[in-house]
Amino acid sequence: MDPKRSRNSHESVNSSESTRFPDEVLERVLSLLTSHKDRSSVSLVCKDWYNAERWTRTHVFIGNCYSVSPEIVVGRFPAIRSVTLKGKPRFSDFNLVPENWGADIHQWLVVFAEKYPFLEELRLKRMTVTDESLEFLATSFSYFKAISLMSCDGFSTDGLAAIATHCKNLTELDIQENDMEDNGGGWLSCFPENFTSLEVLNFASQQGDVSFDALEKLVDRCKSLRVLKVDKYVKLEQLHRLLVRAPQLTDLGTGNFQQELTPRQCAELESAFSNCKNLHTLSGLWDATSLYFPVLYSACGRLTFLNLSYAALQSGDLAKLLPHCPNLRRLWVLDTVEDEGLEAIGSSCPLLEELRVFPAAPFDLDINRGVTESGFIAVSRGCPRLHYVLYFCRQMTNAAVATIVQNCPDFTHFRLCIMNPGQRDYLTGEPMDEAFGAVVKTCTKLQRLAISGLLTDLTFEYIGKYAKNLETLSVAFAGSSDWGMQCVLRGCPKLRKLEIRDSPFGNAALLSGLAKYESMRSLWMSACNVTMNACKLLAREKPRLNVEVMKDDETDSQVDKVYVYRTIAGPRRDAPPFVLTL
Amino acid sequence: MEKPTSYESEDHLNLKATELRLGLPGRDESDKQSSSSVRNNKRASSEMEGALDVENEERDCAPPRKTQVVGWPPVRSCRKNCFQPKKIEADASGVYVKVSMDGAPYLRKIDLKVYKSYPELLKALENMFKCTIGVYSEREGYDGSDYAPTYEDKDGDWMLVGDVPWEMFSTSCKRMRIMKGSEAKGLGCL
Repeated sequence: MDPKRSRNSHESVNSSESTRFPDEVLERVLSLLTSHKDRSSVSLVCKDWYNAERWTRTHVFIGNCYSVSPEIVVGRFPAIRSVTLKGKPRFSDFNLVPENWGADIHQWLVVFAEKYPFLEELRLKRMTVTDESLEFLATSFSYFKAISLMSCDGFSTDGLAAIATHCKNLTELDIQENDMEDNGGGWLSCFPENFTSLEVLNFASQQGDVSFDALEKLVDRCKSLRVLKVDKYVKLEQLHRLLVRAPQLTDLGTGNFQQELTPRQCAELESAFSNCKNLHTLSGLWDATSLYFPVLYSACGRLTFLNLSYAALQSGDLAKLLPHCPNLRRLWVLDTVEDEGLEAIGSSCPLLEELRVFPAAPFDLDINRGVTESGFIAVSRGCPRLHYVLYFCRQMTNAAVATIVQNCPDFTHFRLCIMNPGQRDYLTGEPMDEAFGAVVKTCTKLQRLAISGLLTDLTFEYIGKYAKNLETLSVAFAGSSDWGMQCVLRGCPKLRKLEIRDSPFGNAALLSGLAKYESMRSLWMSACNVTMNACKLLAREKPRLNVEVMKDDETDSQVDKVYVYRTIAGPRRDAPPFVLTL
Repeated sequence: MEKPTSYESEDHLNLKATELRLGLPGRDESDKQSSSSVRNNKRASSEMEGALDVENEERDCAPPRKTQVVGWPPVRSCRKNCFQPKKIEADASGVYVKVSMDGAPYLRKIDLKVYKSYPELLKALENMFKCTIGVYSEREGYDGSDYAPTYEDKDGDWMLVGDVPWEMFSTSCKRMRIMKGSEAKGLGCL
């Protein structure tokens, strides 16, 4: 077949003409590619492919909103319908980033309104979003369908009202774990009476009442609703009324699960749950006790994800519930279930792939309870498919971790938080180096690692040497000297995100990564030993990095926080006074 | 544990500033084993220090500095201390309920366990909010007064204070509202 002349051809013709696809064919093929990583690779092949890829991309993922400007994005991708943006460094979740740092969505929306009038979806994480921005969004994009806000701040329920009022084609309103000001639950009443397209509604993080009447009517008329997560002010009685109107739900977040019900009400609730034949995810369950678990049993067999992290259950409660949930793949609990509860997990959930154990009272120092290494071991024995763990505990041993990873060698995400900084192996008194050594040696697929406990440079030597697939590393109160950080920077070839706090890494360590930072998304260092001189040097040597410094004391040369990230947009123009871009 | 050598060899003049900022109680300690030196994160408090010294004799010696470490453990604010460990015995600590009064700028809290009867409670409310609630009568409620004390019961309904026996009231009352004016009068006419 004779290759048609490409409309973009200024490329020298290939020696083998049969390898030239017409643009139409190339674009058709590329439009089937969804992964942004694949698309990135495709765009690097040659100019033709770059162009074909940019014309066919409908979704753009921007992992750091300051790595690129909205103008550059719209210039390169003319046909975007869906945008995912992430803003602040992850440590902002733990109050390490001052307020008004940035990551405001508004300027992006202004540019999108002009160039992407057909924008349908916006997913934001750790961005600042004001009510004005939400109103602007709602009124600027007539085809807008889906908004997801995770860990964002700056808005109130008034912003949600604007969305509800104006977005006639809304399918998804997903508000997760945000700092949202509550100005009342009236926003739910803003959905017009003829509005029926909603498929996803999540307002679990709201801190106040909603108009239940409006909610009930909304659920009733939105027959395609598959995800419904209400806030903790919705009572059990009300939940029943919602469930009978939405038996098609696949994903349910209940409200408060503690209310005195009559036996008849219990039976009705049980019946409602058993009618939810597609339910695979259950969360919410605020203040749940085992008293009302029986209403869930009929649905438990189908559950693959159960989030009990808002219910302070004890081990007995979990032991009653879990035998009904043999198909769980993901389970989140509070450490009130203790080791015995974890043993119940090990014996009831053989298919478990992800476990998160959150601390019920992380800042309460009188509490000595929670989970220990033996609970973790019990889970690893019973759940060989475990590959994602987030585990908060107050004691751990090197031997236990070695056993755990032997039982579960497929960890991709291993996040262990021994809550007391710098804590040793409580049996041997040694640092926890060997624990994480075992993790990186055994778990060759490891992508994400968070370390804790007393750790010397040896831990970092292990990480640098063995963690070949590591992409994200979180370090706190760890290491002995610059050498530790140098090992990691020299070693881990796939490292993208490195966040470090309260560790003795200084200028030599920072500068040893000179060649590496452009291949990473970002580096965060706070309360380390870095000074202004090193940061200035880094900024000078690497103009394509933004080196942003936050200092406590103006006169000091010590740098309190430094955030380094690659960018093609140059220095930020919206940096607040406390952020110095070098 | 050994002090990290880099600290000592660095040229920084402001190690003191570093110390405060780092908040690494564990790292400054001697080599004693510790199973959980939870007190390291404790807020500064001299009374607590005394009590803890007795408790934690065998544990490592935490530094006198008791600043809580910012952002540690890494738990999101939506998960912070939302839970009390389950109380095994019934509330020994009192039944605190919020009391709102129409027109007042902020709410108050009272411990219902302190009172043994309605007259005691009403007197306390009158003192707290500087108002006159008056006397309860089954037929007329609090007629004669501009105010009517109401409460939200376990079912979420708003009830007039005084209709049910005191015990039943004090166990089912979740919060209170002192209604004023025409709304109150409306109730009284029931």
